Parts: sequence; structure tokens; C-alpha cells
Amino acid sequence: MPADGGIGASTRRREDVRFLTGKGQYTDDINIRGQAYVHFLRSDIAHGKINNIDTSDAENMPGVIRIFTSKDFEGVGGVPCGWQVTDRFGQPMQEPKHPVLAEGKVRHVGEPIAAVVAETREQARDAAEAIIVDIEELPAVIDMKAALQDGATKVHDDLTGNLCFDWGFVEENREAVDEAIRNAAHVTTLELTNNRLVANPMEPRVAIGDYDAARDEHTLYTTSQNPHVIRLLMGAFVLGIPENKLRVIAPDVGGGFGTKIFHYQEEAFCTFAAKAVNRPVKWTSSRSEAFMSDAHGRDHVTKIELALDENGKFLAVRTDTYANMGAYLSTFAPSVPTWLHGTLMAGNYTTPLVYVNVKAVFTNTVPVDAYRGAGRPEATFQLERVIDKAARELGIDPIELRRRNFIQPDQYPYATPVALEYDTGNYPATMDKLVEIADIKGFAARKAESESRGKKRGLGIAHYIEACGIAPSNLVGQLGARAGLYESATVRVNPTGGLVVMTGSHSHGQGHETTFPQVVAEMIGIDAGMVEIVHGDTANTPMGMGTYGSRSIAVGGSAIVRATEKIIAKARKIAAHLLEASDEDIELKDGQFTVKGTDKSVAWGDVCLAAYVPHNYPLEDLEPGLEETAFYDPANFVYPAGAYACEVEVDPETGKVEIMSFCAADDFGNIINPMIVEGQVHGGLAQGIGQALLEHCVYDENGQLVSGSYMDYAMPRADDLPSFVTDTSCQTPCTHNPLGVKGCGEAGAIGAPPAVVNAVVDALADMGVTHIDMPLTPARVWSAIQAAK
Amino acid sequence: MHNFDIEKPSSVSEAVAALAAEGAQALAGGQTLIPTMKQRLAAPEKLVLLSGIEELKGISASGGKLTIGAATTHAEVAADGSYPALSALAADIGDPAVRNRGTIGGSLANNDPSADYPAAVLASNAVVNTNKRAIAADDFFVGMFETALDEGEIITSVEFPLPEAASYQKIDQPASRFALVGVFVAKGANGWRVAVTGASNEGVFRWSAAEEALNGGGSLEGMAPDADGMIDDIHGSAAYRAHLVGVLTRRAVAAA
Repeated sequence: MPADGGIGASTRRREDVRFLTGKGQYTDDINIRGQAYVHFLRSDIAHGKINNIDTSDAENMPGVIRIFTSKDFEGVGGVPCGWQVTDRFGQPMQEPKHPVLAEGKVRHVGEPIAAVVAETREQARDAAEAIIVDIEELPAVIDMKAALQDGATKVHDDLTGNLCFDWGFVEENREAVDEAIRNAAHVTTLELTNNRLVANPMEPRVAIGDYDAARDEHTLYTTSQNPHVIRLLMGAFVLGIPENKLRVIAPDVGGGFGTKIFHYQEEAFCTFAAKAVNRPVKWTSSRSEAFMSDAHGRDHVTKIELALDENGKFLAVRTDTYANMGAYLSTFAPSVPTWLHGTLMAGNYTTPLVYVNVKAVFTNTVPVDAYRGAGRPEATFQLERVIDKAARELGIDPIELRRRNFIQPDQYPYATPVALEYDTGNYPATMDKLVEIADIKGFAARKAESESRGKKRGLGIAHYIEACGIAPSNLVGQLGARAGLYESATVRVNPTGGLVVMTGSHSHGQGHETTFPQVVAEMIGIDAGMVEIVHGDTANTPMGMGTYGSRSIAVGGSAIVRATEKIIAKARKIAAHLLEASDEDIELKDGQFTVKGTDKSVAWGDVCLAAYVPHNYPLEDLEPGLEETAFYDPANFVYPAGAYACEVEVDPETGKVEIMSFCAADDFGNIINPMIVEGQVHGGLAQGIGQALLEHCVYDENGQLVSGSYMDYAMPRADDLPSFVTDTSCQTPCTHNPLGVKGCGEAGAIGAPPAVVNAVVDALADMGVTHIDMPLTPARVWSAIQAAK
Repeated sequence: MHNFDIEKPSSVSEAVAALAAEGAQALAGGQTLIPTMKQRLAAPEKLVLLSGIEELKGISASGGKLTIGAATTHAEVAADGSYPALSALAADIGDPAVRNRGTIGGSLANNDPSADYPAAVLASNAVVNTNKRAIAADDFFVGMFETALDEGEIITSVEFPLPEAASYQKIDQPASRFALVGVFVAKGANGWRVAVTGASNEGVFRWSAAEEALNGGGSLEGMAPDADGMIDDIHGSAAYRAHLVGVLTRRAVAAA
């Protein structure tokens, strides 16, 4: 292993030096000479017809450069959707136009109506307040089921109703599933809501458009998880700018959690306006704007039925879900409740029949799209909740019921009834590990001790699987993706042996600048400190798809491995020449090329120098230089899985829930940096617990965002969380990527919510409580206790 | 935030004079006013800073009374300890940044219906001193965000009679961590007083039925105030808040 840490070392995060000393370079830290500022006038009503926008007073306000409305965007495209779902009847989803600035109607609180570009931020805001908008308010469409009733107000007048699509999966199984449920010895039914969330990355979104008139070149600086995707979507579909004239830079980004995947109107606006006013144009979102303009997450309403035989074996699962799309289709919104959700409904179990129905609905709310886990938390929550309910109904221990239905270690590769093929896993092993680290045997004594203090104690178990490392391009193409999902890397070796890796992945908290060099250093046998990572700039990285879906190490890391393998292959030829031996006889170990069975060797650095100073070099057979690019398209998803246990104490008088312990036994396959993986698990668990206990994005019946600030939207804080117990010693390496790795970024957010809710329901089961919808606030828990009386 | 002027007087009389100007507004710790101005929900033309007035600061105890200067921060009250229930209350307001800036006078003058201090002042039968007069706690709190203070009148100090026993119990609103319901009980010369914050649309109030029960030797078991007039929002129904008042009162009496 390299002296400063190769694969498996808990190397400290090198990026933290700049992040923790205030030297990070975030988009808002960038200021371009002559830049102007934009303030968006946003709708304060949920649904209305725009009769008139009078900007005449505002235009004469101090500092105003230009005011834009939708009239300025005639001929400009709408913000595109990157995934087309086909419905149960073979028809494409309904896809409304998503204009840069509202056209004719406003459809959610926060939708931009006009944009003021001015010399200062305050002047832009002052002028925006002077714009007079005449809007005729229309009834707001908020409740999904009401939205689908005959005669409901339409969010989009040019569409047929508010149904985006009615998706069935696996459609051919529909009748067989119905039949199995009709005939089963036992059927457990659960109706639940997966609460709507706001991602709330620490850094709000920022965009700066810059236009070089002399070169006719556009640059967009933006807070993105995938700058190439933004360049493609915005350049090709919105503004009509070819890629050679458009550069997108996503520098240090302070957290994304999914909501920074998507292409937003503000990015297109700043790019467009920079040319229109011939000044750089900057927008920095306020936190209030973030609440009403960042894509939200989750928001499913589901009925799930689990059919079991007399021995507790799962026979079939049927679900009926309403998924909120919001007012427009955000970039990957249609994929979340469908392919990222329905395909997970087999879970870790041998259930032979599954049917998932999803009705995606337009409402007068902010668009909803992928949020940490994206579809997989929604699937896991339903499944792990209904299994827990079934266990209670049948009087079977919830761990035992799961064990009876686990896919067994000798069944891989395992083809599920919902299209996936799991390559590896060992769920009995992760459950065994959980039973050990969570001291399940000691629970009864802990419960008795809690009860002696007047508290109800509960134990909640969940076992999740996720399909991540997204995704085989040919497969997702068949499923409606309008993009490939490979990843890219260019490895450039410098003349004295140091390397620069230009990756298409994007780090916004994941620690790529630390882990990726560990991989390259391990392969070559040099110090990780000799490897630098470059990411986030379309001008100096190969076309990449970015970071989301726990894909960076599994897909981006694999591309780096492939490019490094090409480097090593070429370097071996150079070494063979220098050592006057044949390629096949050259071994690379610890940064030395050696002729097998001899002491003849040449160092990595000398080979690199020879490549760039090719005096003694096989120029007739080999190009000089040492730089290689690889694109890696995964053969399958990767399938991390894990067993989680949560213990809670509930105060039955107030309904307050306290998490006493949380244990996680995860199988992530091989691990590059255990410390970073543990940090990812901690973060995921915190977000999952936040969803389970605290976070809730609430609209009232008029479409006003009630939880529009931290005064009403509860984020998890350190003192809401226990000290986590994590274990990653169960490792079944992925069989189809070169590192044997799976993803770890979303796991905690997927597995935590059902574990927490199962624990609270367990605590209150003897009072008759069978379910409580998230978030389990004191008020909701107390109400559930009262309702059960 | 709109532009504004700043004046920083060094005495109460200078501050009173400065506040006589059109559009002037006193600024104590700024924990409510500054965010409100940033949201453009308030736009005073002039801020009169009270933080430079030495006579408004400090804590002193004598003759069974604790006197706290209006510009004393929550952190200073938390550290004092001569009225343990009051210090415990101050130690649980907001977060360290809020406690190091926010002041008792600012909190009382604002009279947020979910603020903690009003419950302590009302239950302790404290006296609010201003540049003009002494106002009994029972007369000071008029309604949500409303007090007996006149335009331009400045709180100078608060006098707490030290009680025989006292305790403050609260359940946090999960997001803001203001009191979803907070109950302060204090047993003074004239028996128990029970003051409730966070629960009512009218702001802090005394729960007289509980006081009667406590002072008459009755039991609080199963008691709760009427849910009518209680705050009903996404964090808790009126019925839940009324129930919590009963629970927290019993716990406060037990802990006092």
C-alpha cells in the first residue's frame, strides 16, 4: 500500500484543509469584474392567470439595467425533462412546457414571473418590488387525489387533466398478483404517506452567467452536481448554444442531496441575460427562495398490500401510489416514482410476484424530483413497514419474518420479478451482524428499565437494498432516459511522474479528492499525494454524467481504473524498451517496473520522463506522452444492502420520541476509505432520521408554503441524534466493476426511516397504535395514542 | 434590508430623546428585529441601540429580590444562578449565538407568544421597570406581541421576588425551538402562580384554575385548560397544546 494511504486506508480528507479554513471557492465566492445582479420577482400565489406585468415604474428605479419577462424569451425553449415514462397503455407521459419565466400563468408559489438586472442586489430587489403584476387568482390544485377527479381545476390548460402518467409494473403480472392476494392465507394492508421534503443543502443555489462578446463564448458558473449535463440540457434544449461556445463550471459545491442535479431556470436566465445586457449576471438564492424554488423530494401517498402464506412466506406485493410531480417536470422527476422505485419492491426477499401502480400528478406546488435515495427510500419504507405490520399481525418476530423470506447467499445472481438482477449479497449475514452490534438480546431488559421511568421503549428493524451505481446506458435508454449514464476519466501523467485525474464525477461533499487518488496510487504503487483530482469544469474534464445515485466510486471510480490501466499498459511498454525486455516480462510493483525474475528495474518517474523526453524511446511503435481517457458504462446496478436497528423511548404523555440508539450493519462490498464511508453513513442516517422525526414540507389548501423557513421546517440537529454504531465488515464485493465496490451515499437515508417508525410503533403497540405517518412529531405521536384509545 | 441610520446613546435619557424621532426604533439584542428587517418586513428609519447604556446592564440581588438590567443577555442570566429556575430557562433559549446577543428587556418588549421570559416574569409576579414607571407583571402583558409599554418607553430593569420554589418546563416547537408550550410555576409569598407561554393566541397567561387547585390543596391530576383560544398550527393542535399545559404544569410543580 502507498505510504500515505491506498485502498482501504482511512486517509484524512485533503479537501477539508480548504473547506475548514475558509479557503473553499464556492460559486458565490466568484465575482467577475462588471457583474450585475438579478433578483427574481416570484409568484406569491399558487395558481393564477397573468393579465399584465407593468414594469414601467420599476425600469426607472436607481441602478436598473433591464427587466425581463417571458416576452423576452419568445423563441427560447423550456427547461427540459430528461426522462420520458411510458404509461400502462403504451402512451408517453404528459409533458408540459416549463418556461424560464412564467408564461401566461403562474403555477406555484415561488415561480419566477420577472427578473430585474441591476447594479446591486438591493437595487434589483427594490425595483422588483415596484413591478405591478395583475394576476387573476385561480383555485389551487394541491391534493393529489382531488386533482385527478373529474372537473378538477387543471394545472396546465393544454394537457388532459392533471395526470402525468399512470404506470404499471410489471404490467403483465397485474392479474397474477391480484389472484395471489385474493387467495392468500393472510394479507397485510397499510396506507401511508412518504412526507414531502426540502433538501436544504448548506450552500443555496447560485448562478453566474458570463458572456465574452469578442469570442462569442458563454460561461455559466453554477452550483451543480453535473456540469456537463447542465451544458447539454441548457445548450441544446433551452438556449441553442453549441457546446464549443458554452462552458459550465461547478466549483466547490456545498452539498447537493439530489436537488443540484437538475437544470433550473435561473441558470438559463443568467446565461441568457449576460449576453442580452453584455454584463456578467449573478444570482444568489436566499434561503427563502431555496424553499420555494429548489426541487423538493418524496411526497408519495401509498397503499401497499403484502400477501403471505400460512408459514409467513411472502407471496405477492401490490402497491398503489400517488406521486406528486409538482407544477412542472423537473429534470429526472418521472424516473423517481417509477424505475427508481418500482424496481426495488422485491427488497431483500424472494417475493415471486410484484405489481406497482403509480399515478404521477401535477399540482400547484414546487416540482418534486430526486432527493437522497430517490424512489428507493419510498420503496423501502413501504415494504419494511408492511413487513413489520405483518409480523405483528401474525405474531412472528420481525427479524424472523424477514429471515424466512431473505434471498439466500447461494441464490446469486438473483433475478427479481421487478427487472433487476442482484449480483451479490448476504442478507442473513448483515442481519446476524446487526443482532450482535445492536444487542437485540438485551432489549427486553432495556425496555423494562425504560418502563420503570414511565417511558415506552420500542425496537425497530429494517433491512434495505438499493440499486445504485446508476446505470447501464442501454438499459436506462429502454426505460426512457434521455441520457447515457456512463462515467469518464482522463488520467494525465506529468513528466516527472505526478498525475492529474480529470473526472466526470463531481464532488460536493463526498471526498473524491481523497478517495480517487487512493485508487490510482494503489494501482501504480506511488504516493496518493502524487495524484490530483480535477472536476467540475466542462472545459477541462471529459464529458461526464456527474454525481448522484451513489454512483461516483462504482461508475466514476471504474472509469478512473480503466484509464489508469491504459496508462500502466503504455508505461509498461516504455519500461520494456528502457530495460530492453519484452512487455510481458515487465512487472509493476511499488512504483518500480521490473523484469520478472531479475533485479533489473526502472522507476515510475523515469518511465514518465522518457514519455515526455523521448530520446531513448520506441517512437516508431509508440506515441510520446502519457495521457489516457476511459469511459465506463456499468454492466449492472450495484446492490448495497444493510440491516438497521433503532431503539426509541416515547414519552406517552407528550408524544416526544427520543432515539436511544441506532445501529447500522451495511454491506458496501469493497471499501476504499472506511472513514469517508462511515461519514456517508452518518450523514444518510441523519437525513433519514430527519425525515422520520422532523422534516415536513407543508402546503395549505391555497398552495401557500406553510413551512417556508427554518422557523417551521425542522432540520435534524446534532442533539436530535444518537451516537451511531456502524459496521461495514459484511462485504460481498460487486462482481461486475473492477473495484468490487457498491455505493454508500444514500444507504442511511433509505434504511433509517422505516427503522425509526417501526421502533415508535413497536413502543406504542400495546396501546393499539399500528401506524403513524412521518414526521413523528410529538403532536402526531400523541394524536395517534389518543386515536388508538 | 433597507437603509437606516444608527444612533448609539450612552444613557436612558439620551435613548428616550432619540426614540422621539419619526421612524425611530429601539434595538436591544436584535434577535427578532434584525431578521425581520432582513426579510423587509420592518424598515425603521433609525435604530437606537440600547447596547451602549451601562445603567441597563447587570444583575443584583438584595432583600429577597433579583434585579436584572434590561440589556442583560440571556447568557448572563443563565450564568447567574441566584434564581435557579430563571437561569435554567435562560440557558435553554435559542442557541449560544442568540443567548449571547438577546436580552431580557428585548424579549419582554417584543412579547412573542412563544417566548420563554414572559412566563417567568408573570409566574414570579415580577415588576417591569421602565424609564417612566414600574409595571406589575399582571398588567404588562396585553396580548400577542402587545405590552403596556407606551411609544418610546424603555424597559430599564426587571425585579423578581425570589420564590420559595419554582420550575420551568417546556416542549420545543421542533423547527424554531421556541416553546410549543412552556409552563413556569413559582411559589411566592402569596402562594403558587402558574404562567403559560406558547399555547395561547393571546400570548402568555396565568392558568388560574391550576393556581386555585395548588393553593387550595387540590390535585392537578387530569386537569387541562380549555382548548378554545389555543394556538392550532402544523406543529400541534389546540387540543394538544391544552393537554401539554396540564402535563407540563404537573411536571413543573413536581420539579420545583
